[in-house]
Amino acid sequence: MYDTIIIGAGPADITATVYAARKKMKTLVITENIGGQAALSGDIENYTGYQFITGPELAKKFEEHLKKFDIDVKEGTEAVSVEKIDDYFTVKTGEGTYESEIVILATGRKPRMLNIPGERKFKNRGVTYCATCDGPLFAGRAVAVIGGGNSALDATIQLMAIATKVYLITRNKEMKGDTVMIEKVKRSNKVEILRDAVTKEISGDKFVKAIRVVVNKTEEKILDVKGVFIEIGSVPVAIPVKNSEEKLKVTKYNEIIVNEHCETNISGLFAAGDVTNIPENQIITAAGHGCIALLSAFKYISKRPS
Amino acid sequence: MAKIKVYSTSMCPYCKMTKEFLKEKGVEFEDIDVSVDREAAMKMIEKSGQMAVSQIEINGKFIIGFDREALEREIKNV
Repeated sequence: MYDTIIIGAGPADITATVYAARKKMKTLVITENIGGQAALSGDIENYTGYQFITGPELAKKFEEHLKKFDIDVKEGTEAVSVEKIDDYFTVKTGEGTYESEIVILATGRKPRMLNIPGERKFKNRGVTYCATCDGPLFAGRAVAVIGGGNSALDATIQLMAIATKVYLITRNKEMKGDTVMIEKVKRSNKVEILRDAVTKEISGDKFVKAIRVVVNKTEEKILDVKGVFIEIGSVPVAIPVKNSEEKLKVTKYNEIIVNEHCETNISGLFAAGDVTNIPENQIITAAGHGCIALLSAFKYISKRPS
Repeated sequence: MAKIKVYSTSMCPYCKMTKEFLKEKGVEFEDIDVSVDREAAMKMIEKSGQMAVSQIEINGKFIIGFDREALEREIKNV
């Protein structure tokens, strides 16, 4: 039996693990990959101690820090469920079942999908959620970026350098995001912004050929594009939590509700970082949250009769 | 010639993860940057039918993205 199982390996989890190791807690980390969303960031200039570091570089630093300690890590594995039985937890993965006194959930967030016809069918066939990765494949083609915030603006700026045309499609009346980025996009003669516009369908044959958009609720437009970059924010990565007494409390956005000690409504179950209702989603806030979760968890376990 | 081809773009984090993973495993591979090699990009899309990176061509199959399990399975059969 482990003292604690930490699910995920983003900044919240890594920080929690470092603190757990220093408290000599018997710890297991279960994660698909190391770095979480931080690994997917481009340039990071607001993580204290680093004036500049890229996401993959920071993820590498996280990994080095994690592996410095003698801690069990199940990497490349997804936790499929967490269950509280009496006073302890079982965590199931595709490979096995693990037991612990405490669980810290810090699974982060994943890209939100549009959930429109054609989106699943054309994923990796023109539909993408990573402009940094797939953007260069669309050089010399017309593309659409869907979203109204900074990530959509960021994708647009990357794409307007290489694509023939970029349709920037937002449901909002105006783009929301950093003024500097909005101005940059507006200056480009390749970018056409469609405001108050809802994307209804993605179509094509082997690859994407067009999207259907309704502008101002009435005007239907078919846009010939080869790429559709979906940048409409993120949703928490939820793992089913079973508990006979009480259901895990979440917000209407499916974020795990925690108090200032990172405690959920289920005793012994803690959560940290972007999967929770924390007010800011930054690498540094997630890291700090992971620290709070572990120190709270340590106090909890110390008070329990052994 | 390397039996494994990794098609990647320069800023793609999944591509970096994939390459790091293969290096850790001591596996030799050819790294093709499809953000500069347009011809290779076209060939990759045509062969795999997928417009995304990373793509790993191994044992006549394509693995899309950083899929540790699939990579481990295929490395054994190279």
